[in-house]
Amino acid sequence: MSYSEAAVRAIQREMEADARVVVLGEDVGRGGIFGQYKGLQQAFGAERVIDTPISEAAIMGAGVGMALAGLRPVVEMRVVDFALCGMDELVNQAAKNRFMFGGQGRVPLVARMPGGIWDASAAQHSQSLEAWFAHLPGVVVVNPSTPQDNYSLLRAALQCGDPVVYIEHKTLWGLRGEVNEDMAVPLGKARRVRDGNALTLVSWSKQMQACAAACEALAAEGITVDLIDLRTLWPWDRETVLASCARTQRLLVVHEAVQVAGFGAEIAASAAEATGCRVARLGAPRIPVGYAPVLEAQSRVGPEAIAAAARKLLG
Amino acid sequence: MGSSISTGAGEALYRTMVRIRAFENAAEAASQGGVSAYGQEAAGAAKVRGPLHLSTGQEAVPAGVCAHLRTTDYLTSTHRGHGHTLAKGADLARMMCELFGKATGFNGGKGGSMHIADFSVGMLGANGVVAAGLPIAVGAAHAQKLLKTKDDITVCFFGDGAINRGPFLEALNWARVYELPVLFVCEDNRWSATTASGPMTAGDGASARAASMDIAATQVDGNDVFAVHEAAARLVREVRSGGGPRLLHALTYRVKGHVSVDVAAYRDAAELAAALETDPIARTRGHLLSAGVSAATLDAIENAARDEVDTALAIADAAPWPDAEAAFTDVQTTGAGQWH
Repeated sequence: MSYSEAAVRAIQREMEADARVVVLGEDVGRGGIFGQYKGLQQAFGAERVIDTPISEAAIMGAGVGMALAGLRPVVEMRVVDFALCGMDELVNQAAKNRFMFGGQGRVPLVARMPGGIWDASAAQHSQSLEAWFAHLPGVVVVNPSTPQDNYSLLRAALQCGDPVVYIEHKTLWGLRGEVNEDMAVPLGKARRVRDGNALTLVSWSKQMQACAAACEALAAEGITVDLIDLRTLWPWDRETVLASCARTQRLLVVHEAVQVAGFGAEIAASAAEATGCRVARLGAPRIPVGYAPVLEAQSRVGPEAIAAAARKLLG
Repeated sequence: MGSSISTGAGEALYRTMVRIRAFENAAEAASQGGVSAYGQEAAGAAKVRGPLHLSTGQEAVPAGVCAHLRTTDYLTSTHRGHGHTLAKGADLARMMCELFGKATGFNGGKGGSMHIADFSVGMLGANGVVAAGLPIAVGAAHAQKLLKTKDDITVCFFGDGAINRGPFLEALNWARVYELPVLFVCEDNRWSATTASGPMTAGDGASARAASMDIAATQVDGNDVFAVHEAAARLVREVRSGGGPRLLHALTYRVKGHVSVDVAAYRDAAELAAALETDPIARTRGHLLSAGVSAATLDAIENAARDEVDTALAIADAAPWPDAEAAFTDVQTTGAGQWH
């Protein structure tokens, strides 16, 4: 099953189980631009899988209103870059509603906003903004890296009752893998991908692939790595990460987002405070993503750079 | 006095307006001397702190509109939301507690005046962001349509300043596209914070913009509570019966400044004086007297409102502050406890 098919299946199961689950967004009736809603409108009708105008503020704001009035909307933003057009509705309305009204309202919506570098799509279609949302009290932030996680975490997001920023990667949609439809993955629980002793390597989303390749290269040199897929940025799995750091005494965090003020800094600081381990982070330079291949490549963090950063941390 | 309305109903509208005025007068008095958003020095202990946006002079709009609403209808509001909340049926004393920041307020002291809300009567909240209530309102109305909640509707109050923000246009389009049961009510008080709205607005305002999206709009003297009541009766009926969205454009005036500490020195004194001539409460009193309601009856309504507000002040004064731990509740359930 592909990463996008896994998402369709997850929503389908939640829509079957709960009549309050609805989908709204641009092009969702045709299956979404990545096929991540394929067949849902045919199965559930245009009243529950709602094609909308290009109105991100209204899509997100209406999602808030729907949630307050008893629905559980999946709000499609198309790409994380466009979610910025609905920023007040997410940041000032969805995230704060429950708190500022003293618990009178709940906003159980899932805002899907595909993120990351999308080949040759340049500066407004390639951003990784997950750290912005992790900075925001009131929301859950999810970055699945595999079809299984996309299936299980999307279901968990729809069941959790809090507003969720759900960031799938724009170039993971075709990734195939086994999906156990009975497997539950709780929000806030990381996955250990490899066991090792030399250092702890933490990442998420598409960057897990580069990290896995780097770990192979390091293994050939006799360096074993504890590789952790964070999966959920908020709440993040401190227990798993810090236990590993306490053991290896070295942490490298890798992400596709720009390194400056990225979520890697949060993890690195937390690990250093809690365990005294050595820390390093690796992210993109603080530049917009360019169009030409050579320019775009400057924003990519590849396996070689990750392995080099790991060796430096060990040196 | 409107031809279709009984003196009893007229007295009820008067009562709503008078309660709003009394509440806000007391809130304003209780806000004196504190730290203001406009840079006033801290002085003494204001009981109502922070920005306080008063709707003095605009009481006829929520009174006339909300008279047609049920508890199961939804309402979204602006940053100037006391009148809307009271007119929708919220408890006055609990509102005062919220303005005082007390644990017994509707929001447990977490929201204050700018986020006053009573979900139990369908009032989904005042909002600190101009035009933010409009998309939320269409979402609530969309849910009402999908959930087939009888013939309940959503009413959305917003100001004339809001029509220059994108969410206004996006929400109106949305409402018409899906034929939602929503009544948009523009309280056109002629001021956008401390700037006159007219020179900042292209075209003929809220009604014209609604008409451009094929949403029927009605313009009304928003300081004539009977006119508002009559227009709203028709519009609410049309929306309830599945006719799709409507817009009521109520022309009123913001008597006070943008916030309570703003004396509105930027405003022409003659403009204010002219507006005070059309004060909705004085006008309604005059109409009711000429319709045969006794002065004693109207005095009793006013006295009752003042007594109710005095009681509310005492309750709010005596009420406990929230526990500090409350700052950590109702943030989110997922990952609760991981605050750092």
